[in-house]
Amino acid sequence: MTPDPGRTNSGQSPVVRFSAVTHRYGDTLAADDVSLDLPAGRMIGFIGPDGVGKSTWLGLMAGARKIQSGEIMVLGGDIGRKRHREILFPRIAYMPQGLGRNLYPTLSVRENIDFFGRLFGQSKPERDRRIRDLLKSTGMSDFADRPAQKLSGGMKQKLSLCCALVHDPDLLILDEPTTGVDPLSRRQFWDLIARIRAGRRGMSVLIATAYMEEAERFDWLVAVDDGKKLAEGTPTDLLERTGTDSLERAFLALLPEERRRGHHELRIPPLSKGETVIEAHGLTMRFGEFTAVNDVSLSVSKGEIFGFIGSNGCGKSTTMKMLTGLLEPTRGEALLLGRKLDARNIDTRRRVGYMSQSFSLYGELSVRSNLELHARLFHLPPDEAARRIDELEKRFDLSRFSNDRPEDLPLGIRQRLQLAVAVLHRPDVLILDEPTSGVDPVARDRFWEMIIDLSRRDGVSIFISTHFMNEALRCDRISLMHAGRILDTDSPLVLQERRGAETLEDAFIAYLEEAEDTAGKPEKEEGSFAAEADASRGVAHPRFSLSRLLSFSIRESMELKRDPIRLSMALFGTLILMLVMGYGISLDVEDLSLAVMDQDQTLASQRYLLEYEGSRYFTPKAPVSSPAELDRRMVAGEVSVVIQTPPNFGRDLDRGAVPEAGAWIDGAMPSRAEVARGYVQGVHSGYLAGQAALSGKSGSLYNMQTRYRYNPEMKSLIAMVPNVIPLLLVFIPSMLTALGVVREKEMGSILNVYTTPVTKFEFLMGKQLPYIALSMVNFAFMFVLAVTLFRVPFTGDLATLTAGALVYIACTTGMGLLASTITSSQVAAMAGTAIFTLIPAIQFSGLIDPVSTLEGAGRVIGSMYPTTYCLLISGGTFSKGLGLTDLAVFFWPLLVFIPATTVLSVIILREQGK
Amino acid sequence: MRSSFFGSLSNILTLGGKEFRSLCHDKAMLFLILFMFSATVYADAKAKPESLNRATVAVVDEDRSQLSGRIISALHPPQFMPPELISLNEMDKGLDSGRYTFVLNIPPDFQRDVIAGRNPDLQLNVDATRMLQAQTGTSYLENIVDGEIRAHVQRRQASPAMPVNLNIRVFFNPNVIQSWFAAINSIINNITLLAILLTGAALIRENEHGTIEHLLVMPVTPFEIMLSKIWSMGLVVLLTSSLSLHFMVQGVLGVNLNGSLLLFACCTILYLFAAASAGIYMATLARTMPQFGLLAILVLLPLVILSGGVTPRESMPEVIQWIMSMAPTTHYVSLAQAILFRGADFSIIWPSLLTMAAIGTLFFLFAHQRLRRMIRSLH
Repeated sequence: MTPDPGRTNSGQSPVVRFSAVTHRYGDTLAADDVSLDLPAGRMIGFIGPDGVGKSTWLGLMAGARKIQSGEIMVLGGDIGRKRHREILFPRIAYMPQGLGRNLYPTLSVRENIDFFGRLFGQSKPERDRRIRDLLKSTGMSDFADRPAQKLSGGMKQKLSLCCALVHDPDLLILDEPTTGVDPLSRRQFWDLIARIRAGRRGMSVLIATAYMEEAERFDWLVAVDDGKKLAEGTPTDLLERTGTDSLERAFLALLPEERRRGHHELRIPPLSKGETVIEAHGLTMRFGEFTAVNDVSLSVSKGEIFGFIGSNGCGKSTTMKMLTGLLEPTRGEALLLGRKLDARNIDTRRRVGYMSQSFSLYGELSVRSNLELHARLFHLPPDEAARRIDELEKRFDLSRFSNDRPEDLPLGIRQRLQLAVAVLHRPDVLILDEPTSGVDPVARDRFWEMIIDLSRRDGVSIFISTHFMNEALRCDRISLMHAGRILDTDSPLVLQERRGAETLEDAFIAYLEEAEDTAGKPEKEEGSFAAEADASRGVAHPRFSLSRLLSFSIRESMELKRDPIRLSMALFGTLILMLVMGYGISLDVEDLSLAVMDQDQTLASQRYLLEYEGSRYFTPKAPVSSPAELDRRMVAGEVSVVIQTPPNFGRDLDRGAVPEAGAWIDGAMPSRAEVARGYVQGVHSGYLAGQAALSGKSGSLYNMQTRYRYNPEMKSLIAMVPNVIPLLLVFIPSMLTALGVVREKEMGSILNVYTTPVTKFEFLMGKQLPYIALSMVNFAFMFVLAVTLFRVPFTGDLATLTAGALVYIACTTGMGLLASTITSSQVAAMAGTAIFTLIPAIQFSGLIDPVSTLEGAGRVIGSMYPTTYCLLISGGTFSKGLGLTDLAVFFWPLLVFIPATTVLSVIILREQGK
Repeated sequence: MRSSFFGSLSNILTLGGKEFRSLCHDKAMLFLILFMFSATVYADAKAKPESLNRATVAVVDEDRSQLSGRIISALHPPQFMPPELISLNEMDKGLDSGRYTFVLNIPPDFQRDVIAGRNPDLQLNVDATRMLQAQTGTSYLENIVDGEIRAHVQRRQASPAMPVNLNIRVFFNPNVIQSWFAAINSIINNITLLAILLTGAALIRENEHGTIEHLLVMPVTPFEIMLSKIWSMGLVVLLTSSLSLHFMVQGVLGVNLNGSLLLFACCTILYLFAAASAGIYMATLARTMPQFGLLAILVLLPLVILSGGVTPRESMPEVIQWIMSMAPTTHYVSLAQAILFRGADFSIIWPSLLTMAAIGTLFFLFAHQRLRRMIRSLH
């Protein structure tokens, strides 16, 4: 990447111009009145410590974050304006920080690129050609069908790059693209960028990086500190200006005095050989067919710094996990101080400090709280804990961030926090999996000071994996790992000599290439990145595009297809629920427990009581003998109804003195009490009629003929099944969509909505469509079940019912999406959806009591809630033989509800990040 | 041994405290919890009609006599909406569209025939797709009509007196006020929903964010992780539900609770233990939040509908009664009814309490077993 002599800064309009841009998060200034012109057609690096605002600047340029104040012109347009953003997005590509943060983990390599191609409106043949070219030139053709989540870090970054390049951008914005990527892949990555630029001369590339050796090769550098620009110019300029010979030193020289304090060249005291602390013999780990680690043996002595170097996915992390006891090796054993490592042994865990590759602390707790939590878990006494935490905060320069939440902090600072946590309890062995990935040079050196201090002074053995060669050089010994095996182990200088290489990086790459040669060389990267003359360039990007909308639908369906558990729960779960509820919700109140209290004990009283005991509504229990017993058994819930005949019942009856029988009903469940009261009255009337007939007088004055329409036998099943269908079509579909948006927010892929031409409406509708389709399948299943297994007669118009179900499902899936846009955590989205579907649907929609009988808020909710109308449509078509003309009136509220929820979601969903 | 016990206890407390702080950051969730235990409980209780309420009736009056007029004017709010007078051919359409739940058909010369002792027919059409209203409404309607006809006849001729009178009394809730039950049921449903969702999601979150792996290199056992989630989320639910019972149910809604609230709180603790363990168990089955969400709905729905809170349990098919007797919710619903309405004391409810405790322990052990297995297979 030598500067192109044919290009000069003069005479070209800047690719990006910042005018008085200020951006703050709480008290932290990420951009402090920044004004800046970036020359076009160059490769421009942003260098600076962690947390000074580099990522924010890039995010602002990419349109991923909302500008708070100031103006940013990108490619001649104002990125702060919506209309301009829509025009600019097809020309910009943005790759956020973190390994593959904007990728979809369950989708394959090809599908990921394909998705982005669709977003930019490319036709199928065009996408196919581009994918082929991109995969070929990045050497990933062999992995086209591998899911993104199974890729190594370096490959994820390459894939991210492919996704960014699929639409031939004029401006490529890369936020720490090589963090956590091994040297070989890193080298390949930059070769790739160089070839892309060779093919597309006009393209500007903006990069934030923590690797100074990479920055040395850029055309133009901007040094950033504390939200301000420290300096800018070509790397040579910066070196000259600071009078230093390396960018790393130049950078240090540029920093203000107080930030440099305490920084000095690292000195590593020699190691005095001690006892062996950790030993591994023939460690092997297999996951199914795949051997992640193959026969690894090593030993580390007290106070030794032992480095692990290797390509991404070579088994370093797995080996480290076996050494912590987190994973049990398939074969071989690991010994800690001569004893077998056992993760279940709590003492072992106290002696080992571990820091995993990905951030694994609590993002929502403050930095201080995270430290305090771990101090308590390690049972440090409170005063010592406070002292230790203060010391660590100072040491790792975390004091400034003490009250910030890690989820809001940049990678580098999060890594420092993880490290502080790992050493908090002064372990004997520290196992650090790429602890300095994404950490700035100053902090990295400070961190190494600490490591050296721990090792040499406290005798802590340190296991560390890294992709920084200057760090590897500081280790006492290093192991080179590749494809699950250790290639060689020795001190770095010896290894370098053994390969006759000038630098350790060259030596490492020589080792790797040798290993690859024997294993068969991977596909050579080739192909050119010349811009296509036609392609998406000429394609206008309309404000609404069906193909963009469908690209989200297709992606969502693929993700659903990859999750068979969820799919089958959605399909078969519904059927099971329908069975349970169809049979279970019984409105026929029957078998009420009844006891008699016969205080008369005459034939007459027994005959009266027998009327009740013989009724099919009641199940007789043992008679009650005393009022006290009646009380007790009622309280215990043993009997629901007690009928009592008073003393002299028979005598009074004979004399015509009108005895008074008593009925006690358990009122704990009012609806049951109500029905029981009706039954008791019914039986009593029956008795009276019988008496009258006996005495020859006709007691009846008229004949009441009660006709139960639509369900003559009053069968609960026939009434319930048509109701269960609308119920299940609100719970399941809304839960399916409930996590749609909030999950992308939590996982980070929402960035793709912020920085591509896709509109909020397309995004939401695109997500909704597959679930509407799935739910219609559900509906079909349930309908078939209703008419076959349940034998519920269907008397109306099937087309009407189907149309009703479709409209209704559009409402319910929309409700889930709305919940998802409002909330910011998955659990809140789930709980919200559950509450706002379960309660209104069961209580207020006319399932138990018709909406017309409800009062107050329930009435209002009920008359707006879609389930109300679907219940009427379903009941009308199933039992009452009705069609569209009769039911059209119930469609209107549903048809209004759909756009209402969608519009609300579109309004609430944010267009850009903060 | 002692120190390890206290160490473990301290871990459980510390980890639980962390859950609180996480929850505090989730403003939307906090709002939902408060909303559930205030507004939803209120709406549930208030919306419930009192037994039969404003049922829609139409009368086809072909008699147009004094008696038919009496019958029509006897149907009035709150039980019935004022009847609409319609013609015979309007009847079917009115029932089809769901406009009327009941249509009473009084034939021509009804009054004359009754007085003459000719035993005329009276026809009542009921929309049986509305089961519950149909059931209670029919018996109400029949009673009212019967009363009116008898009174009418009695004025003209001394009709025979009833040989036996029946005096019906309803225990515990003499006026059969539906809102009492609805309010308690609403609280129970909220408890179930939150206990399962909060604990389960707390575990899935750790899994999705990789923090569980981190916990495992710390001197913390799966047992402690589980218990910390159960007690912290349980406490949140216990507190909010108790407050709701006191301020919303007894205060605002004025429900008359007969039993000991302390005893009920003990039951709630046991129930929360069981439900939260179930939540953890479900979280170990589901690997991602979307899976967990669906699973939760599949479990919650039967728990809410079939545990005896919506319709009486004894009327359900026996298989379902048997299956549901293994769900802690069923026992909790019956305990709530027994304690809060019937004023049952410990001597009466202990078998249910014991069963619930046993179910809870069983769930906890299952969940613990699965969590350990899940953790071992993490990589």
